[in-house]
Amino acid sequence: MAVSSPRPRRRFRQPSVIPGFGLTLGYTLTVLSLVVLLPLAALVARASGLGFSGIWGVATDPRVFSALRVSFGVSLLAALTASLFGSIVAWVLTRYDFPGRRVIDAVVDLPFALPTAVAGIALASLYAPNGLVGEQLAKVGIEAAYTPVGIFIAMVFIGLPFAVRTVQPLIAEIDKEVEEASAILGSTRLGTLTKVVLPPLIPAVLTGFALAFARGVGEYGSIIFIAGNLPYVSEIAPLLIVIKLSEFDYAGACAIATIMLAISFAVLLLINLIQAWSRRRFGYV
Amino acid sequence: MSEAITPSDFPVAESGLRPPASVVTETGWVRVLLIAVAIAFLALFLVLPLVTVFVQAFAKGLDAYLAAFKEPDAHAAIKLTLITAAIAVPFNVVFGVAAAWAIAKFQFWGRDLLVTLIDLPFSVSPVVSGLIYVLVFGSQGLIGPWLIEHDIQIIFAVPGIVLATIFVTFPFVARQLIPLMQEQGTVEEEAALTLGASGWHAFRTVTLPNIRWGLLYAVLLCNARAMGEFGAVSVVSGHIRGLTNTLPLHVEILYNEYNFVASFAVASLLAGLALVTLVIKSLLEWRYADDIAAGARRH
Repeated sequence: MAVSSPRPRRRFRQPSVIPGFGLTLGYTLTVLSLVVLLPLAALVARASGLGFSGIWGVATDPRVFSALRVSFGVSLLAALTASLFGSIVAWVLTRYDFPGRRVIDAVVDLPFALPTAVAGIALASLYAPNGLVGEQLAKVGIEAAYTPVGIFIAMVFIGLPFAVRTVQPLIAEIDKEVEEASAILGSTRLGTLTKVVLPPLIPAVLTGFALAFARGVGEYGSIIFIAGNLPYVSEIAPLLIVIKLSEFDYAGACAIATIMLAISFAVLLLINLIQAWSRRRFGYV
Repeated sequence: MSEAITPSDFPVAESGLRPPASVVTETGWVRVLLIAVAIAFLALFLVLPLVTVFVQAFAKGLDAYLAAFKEPDAHAAIKLTLITAAIAVPFNVVFGVAAAWAIAKFQFWGRDLLVTLIDLPFSVSPVVSGLIYVLVFGSQGLIGPWLIEHDIQIIFAVPGIVLATIFVTFPFVARQLIPLMQEQGTVEEEAALTLGASGWHAFRTVTLPNIRWGLLYAVLLCNARAMGEFGAVSVVSGHIRGLTNTLPLHVEILYNEYNFVASFAVASLLAGLALVTLVIKSLLEWRYADDIAAGARRH
């Protein structure tokens, strides 16, 4: 006699003997809602109260527009620089052995550990016209502090670990046999690098670039000291939010915050798309 | 019986030439060049700013350095920073462990979405993180009028600073533990339960020892960020000297008053914290790589 098994039912949770699901999930959802989702929803509610035209009105205000342009434009350049040098650093740290490699590897995480305000005043004093580096740059006619160049330097500082740490594990995973095969089949080392080794690294480099870019756009503490904060020249969008808040212009602050949030979520979406593409193309993230 | 092939069978070794260079690395001078570029870049962008903090802090000698810590405002800032971290870090540890337990030990619908939502604070600008709390608790905020009526102050007071700090450090513990606990699976807990342990007992004696290094690692990073957070705290603090100033905010005030030695002296305290964090972090990575993160990183 055939025993008819009950039809598999779609259920919320797979059965398990491990206890504590209700308690831990309930606690997680409660805390997440109170600490993260509710306050973010307050911002969205405020912004939707302004309507699209209200946000557009704030965004096209010349001072706001130039602050957004500085934040996004400089962050783009800084993320490019961080990605380029970050990839070199990642390659050197993973593939070569040299004295002090471990210490240098640890130093890469400094921007994660050093409070942004500390980094900010240190960069400002280094790149000021009478600072150690600023003096040298002044001789070749480059003004770093209190110009967008200073913002660029702070953003490279803050974005570098993202660029290095996303690429590094993938370089470690490279199968050396593929490189050997390429060499045996007659390719030069440069050919092997550009045609065999580097293409699979592209998704990781792009992800690191996007993370560094998003971080640079939102960064505040390490930038404001070196930027000089001249409206229309070296004023960044996060600073403008602070200024609007101090003037009790909540609507203006919310509008700028919403624009920044929208663009950083677009960047996050882009990262996910890159990773999905990478999974299809290379079989890994 | 076949003869073993010895190196002397190869003409290269006989003629005294060097064996061919490895085909899986670059030629010597390219390697040296790349290493030089990497070190020069890191030295200029990362090491130099760190050294500057200490050079500037001691620019006027030890007495001037120590004077910065004799001020009552500095004491208040140190105290507030310690209090903030002492609340925010344990809060996020409890949250992170609970979230990791629910997400890693069970299969349920919407798990990936939940992980994304927990990660959300990392992709929000610090200034926006502060702003959203002003929008909830500020005088023009959602429950601002109610708070004023009941004489409760959150924004421009210590609770706001703690809340903003919790927000910016929110994902640290959870995102470290979730992949680690997923990799460890549920077999050991199931064995403990089968042998009669209660759920809490299994957690304490089986799960906790398994995740302790990962947890310590996460606490370390969470604490560094909690003590060093500037943007979010700056928005909700109101900068009231001696009352709502954390160490990073104190650094800013001193710097803006052109009191550079004192500013860098206080900053050197935070830089020292960063260095200690980096050293312990590296030691943990070298010794316990397998126990910290899923798919142990190679070093």
